Amino acid sequence: MTEAVDTGRRHFLTVATVATGAVGAAFVAVPFLASWKPSARAKAMGAPVEVDVSRLEPGAMMKVEWRGKAIFIVHRTPQMLAQLEGVTGELRDPDSAESDQPDYAVNLARAIKPEYLVLVGVCTHLGCAPLEKFTPGDVTVSADWPGGFFCPCHGSKFDMSGRVFKDVPAPTNLPVPPYQFVSDTRIVIGADKGNA
Amino acid sequence: MMATATDKVAVKGGNGRLAALTAWIDERFPLTTLWKSQVSEYYAPKNMNFWYYFGSLAMLVLVIQILSGIFLTMNYKPSAAEAFNSVEYIMRDVDWGWLIRYVHSTGASAFFIVIYLHMFRALLYGSYQKPRELLWIFGMLLYFCLMGEAFFGYLLPWGNMSYWGAQVIVSLFGAIPYVGDALMEFIRGDYYISDVTLNRFFALHVVALPFALVFLTIAHLIALHEVGSNNPDGVEIKKVKGPDGIPLDGIPFHPYYTVKDMVGVGVFLILFCLVMFFAPTLGGYFLEHANFDPANALQTPPHIAPVWYFTPFYAILRAVPNKGLGAALMGLAVLLFVFLPWLDRGKVRSIRQRGPLFRFFLCAFAISFLALGWLGLNPPTPTYTMLSRVFGAVYFAFFLLMPWYSSVDRTKPVPTRVTYHAH
Repeated sequence: MTEAVDTGRRHFLTVATVATGAVGAAFVAVPFLASWKPSARAKAMGAPVEVDVSRLEPGAMMKVEWRGKAIFIVHRTPQMLAQLEGVTGELRDPDSAESDQPDYAVNLARAIKPEYLVLVGVCTHLGCAPLEKFTPGDVTVSADWPGGFFCPCHGSKFDMSGRVFKDVPAPTNLPVPPYQFVSDTRIVIGADKGNA
Repeated sequence: MMATATDKVAVKGGNGRLAALTAWIDERFPLTTLWKSQVSEYYAPKNMNFWYYFGSLAMLVLVIQILSGIFLTMNYKPSAAEAFNSVEYIMRDVDWGWLIRYVHSTGASAFFIVIYLHMFRALLYGSYQKPRELLWIFGMLLYFCLMGEAFFGYLLPWGNMSYWGAQVIVSLFGAIPYVGDALMEFIRGDYYISDVTLNRFFALHVVALPFALVFLTIAHLIALHEVGSNNPDGVEIKKVKGPDGIPLDGIPFHPYYTVKDMVGVGVFLILFCLVMFFAPTLGGYFLEHANFDPANALQTPPHIAPVWYFTPFYAILRAVPNKGLGAALMGLAVLLFVFLPWLDRGKVRSIRQRGPLFRFFLCAFAISFLALGWLGLNPPTPTYTMLSRVFGAVYFAFFLLMPWYSSVDRTKPVPTRVTYHAH
């Protein structure tokens, strides 16, 4: 005695089994993929850092480390601030419209207090560390150099507010990290009033 | 018709006990069948020239890398605090540690030299054409895994060039719209290239990708033995068979090509040892000088360049003044190889029958590849950037114009038999 095989039923069962298995595999993949995210310890190590800038002289820069990145803090002189207006015509994003910064840094000085510039010292091109070339006319950059930051890797140039010049590989201005002043000369990097 | 165990013993003859052992195994595992189908009765064209050494050499280098890698793992510590010093420990304190490390570092560059020559052979003789498309795709997947293997392995010594090289490559993913930043964080497992990143790159380098390489190599060989090897004449030898069903232009892989490949292995190992013993850094090309400083997140090396085997693509990346477009073109430059079987509309396979157009474009491509490689090693002056753009354009023209020039080209007829001079 032979019975005809219901191939439609077989096909349905095969598809249903494969679909169930695929859903199961997707759920099993979640913990493995999620284990690649920053761990609780990595997040804790990325907590805000507090910096005392009272001993930073005008015209000087200090570097602190936050989340493994160099944070540049520059005590700008009035001369440095005065030249910001003059270079806007040569900049790619003079108003920081395309760039990465908190709202309180969307201004000419890209800062809360104009004299203190706080930047992430990571080139927006491919993550190199730009050099401080604050002296106008620094011949290691160019004779008509107004002063700013210069990335030695691929030649990107930024002004004294970290704004990127035209015709260089970096697409946007140097990012400004979230920060706030907890006193006149103490800055917390990595937290502001929004998320502190 | 099934051969019985006693038949096989009779055929093998020779040492009775060995034959009996073979028969015992054959009843439980298809040893003799595998040996015959894959080696002693796999018929390869009799006109394969020196370009055909590089496949077996690639397998040799894979074995060298796996063996030397296993021994390096025994003394290497995959943590940011210890990695750099553990490599110095291997170099100075472990008996013969310097040799094992130089075998591995020389092997990395040797792997790419051999693979690039192996790939160029496929371009010369149209080895990717129908029916070898899957064989070619398995080969390209092997190449992608090899690139990953090289990239992950390069971070492990935790030198400053390791660190910043990884920083630059991971930043490329940041160019992807919307998900870029989250993806970078996911790859690194941290907000920067850290201990976490080093640890996972180590796992990928020593476990995940070597497995993938071995499995893909097996798939590559199975596909090769299914369709049969191409040859410098581009002749399909299976079309002309003798009365025994064996291609008239085919000879058994063993002993003919096993013996021939041993000559290639000999020459290769001489060159390998010359580099390994007398110039392991090869003037900074195989091991970059900046990597003898430990990783420093706050200090970029004055000039970042990847190791030579990535520089053709790096030159394309740098030549584009737009970050997203540069990263996309760089990815495309690598990916386009996969589509060669479909870009090539040529009626013939081998360069021997191709016309002047294909020869011109292949030459231009080879020169561009080498020129881009050289440019990628050098700082991006305006002149060099302009040259990178010109050679980059030629590079893409080779692929994108191929459907046109390969179909209109004036070709010679394909012979029915291979060119062969007895010697």
